[in-house]
Amino acid sequence: MNELASAVPWLGRRNPQAARWLIVIVAIAAPLVAVLFGRTWVRVLDFALLYVMLALGLNLVVGFAGLLDLGYIAFYAVGAYTAAFLASPHFGVHLPFWIVLPVAAGCAALAGIMLGFPVLRLRGDYLAIVTLGFGEIVRIFLNNLNYPVNITNGPQGINTLDPLVLFGWDLSRNLEITENLSINSLFLYYYFFLACVAGSIVFIQRLQVSRVGRAWAAMRDDELAAKAIGINTRNLKLLAFSLGATFGGVAGGLFGAFQGFVSPESFSLMESIAVLTMVVFGGMGNVAGAIVGALILSALPEILRHLAVPLQQTLFGTVLLDPEVLRMLLLSLAMILMMLLKPAGLIPAHARYSHVEHLKRHGVSR
Amino acid sequence: MITLLEARHIDKRFGGLKALSDVSLTIGKGEIYGLIGPNGAGKTTLFNVLSGAYAPDGGEFVFNGAALPSAKPHLVVAQGIARTFQNIRLFRELTALENVMAGHHIRTKASVFGILVQNKRTREEERLTTERAYELLKYVGIERFATVTAKSLSYGDQRRLEIARALATEPRLLALDEPAAGMNATETAQLKLLIEQIRRDGITVLLIEHDVKLVMGLCDRVAVLDFGCKIAEGIPSVVQTDEAVINAYLGGGCRYEH
Repeated sequence: MNELASAVPWLGRRNPQAARWLIVIVAIAAPLVAVLFGRTWVRVLDFALLYVMLALGLNLVVGFAGLLDLGYIAFYAVGAYTAAFLASPHFGVHLPFWIVLPVAAGCAALAGIMLGFPVLRLRGDYLAIVTLGFGEIVRIFLNNLNYPVNITNGPQGINTLDPLVLFGWDLSRNLEITENLSINSLFLYYYFFLACVAGSIVFIQRLQVSRVGRAWAAMRDDELAAKAIGINTRNLKLLAFSLGATFGGVAGGLFGAFQGFVSPESFSLMESIAVLTMVVFGGMGNVAGAIVGALILSALPEILRHLAVPLQQTLFGTVLLDPEVLRMLLLSLAMILMMLLKPAGLIPAHARYSHVEHLKRHGVSR
Repeated sequence: MITLLEARHIDKRFGGLKALSDVSLTIGKGEIYGLIGPNGAGKTTLFNVLSGAYAPDGGEFVFNGAALPSAKPHLVVAQGIARTFQNIRLFRELTALENVMAGHHIRTKASVFGILVQNKRTREEERLTTERAYELLKYVGIERFATVTAKSLSYGDQRRLEIARALATEPRLLALDEPAAGMNATETAQLKLLIEQIRRDGITVLLIEHDVKLVMGLCDRVAVLDFGCKIAEGIPSVVQTDEAVINAYLGGGCRYEH
């Protein structure tokens, strides 16, 4: 939260307390403003929050522990499909959501450890290649495991997942307060996702400023030296993979229940790259960076879709560039400019791994 | 003399190169033990085998009466052996304080769950780690840079920070690999005082060093390695006049005998 607050332009430096409140207010008010432009925008925000969660999880692996993972979306897939298996007519199993989500997280964590073991000795490019392969393997499995025994229902995917029900409260139905006033389901999902993201942020920041976060950072900066001070790099790598995967699994479980439909094409390599781009664009190794990167890059294609066509029509009379083409063009352009002008990302990491407050009586301040 | 570390017939080969052959040493508790020899003699290799970075091809280390695990660096550190590196290896993006705190990792226990709920034990442990790290920075004399990233410290201060980080693992034996390399005379003198202080605080020191003056003034005993073999051992003033040692440093006199 502090990192996020200090990243607010202008206000963050002068009055962090006010910046903090500003963030809370914006987070709560965002869907209320978005709905003025149409319901789809609230939906866009819901998805943006899922991407925030993914970016937070990937940032833990790539930014904190320094393990370049190009197959991160596989954990998202594991979470989503676990939710689909446990709460859909596909197997006829309908477990309550508070069981489904932890199981999805657990399965993803297990997948993280499964990926972690064979790649323990790899670093950098080699690690990236193997994780990329892992991501593709998972997607191809999901695509083909409909024969001889139908497990994943192949490329058709799994339909009509149970909606998110919390203690008998169905988030997919509009909440009727009075006869005329009701809260749309999209808002309910938004606030639930917001709560999940807030919880993730707290957890990740606590991890960052702890013996585990420091050991990850040590491993990232110099693995040999980390070993020489007694850090068990094997366990810490596995921990990073499994915890990072957990966030992916939770996001996947939420995605499945929210969308009501999962299919292998949602978990392509492009998605992995998109999430990695969010982390790099925002600022690697930095919670605020991951959040801002995810928000901007997940909203960008939607904004383009709604703005590009009318804008081109008024300017040129015809649509010269398809929004999808424009999106890739702008994204690539943004990345190139980023690498040239701000290689450390929008919000460069000034990550802290200690509570310097403990040393106030020694006159130490940051 | 009570033995703290004993190297028994250590062998290490890299392909056809015998980096260490049959090296045996005995280091007593509370000693400052020097390890010298020309470049490529195998000093750093011995450090790497000791600290578990490499597995030896033969022989073993006995530390405090028990055999040291081979090629398991974190277990070696847990036993109480810490090392520094010849070419400084700090965690560059972490502050000086955080570097030392990372060094304390092995002596702390907080679990992921404890960190998540921030229970009292975790918070207390974190506070103690911070305090102790600061004390260690003070001990080596760089506490004013506590919140500065390691990469922006001066060379001499980086060396000191590396020693502080090694001390944070609470070692009984501190192995320093050329701590005075690249230091000027003033910094070397300060380093000498620091190493003497470390010994007074009950930590045995194993020292690789090229600065002969420093070694002679500091070490209780020295061993000389040449081409992977121990060619001399004893108190510095005697070793200094040893013919094999002089030959090793000045270039194989025996080969040119007429």
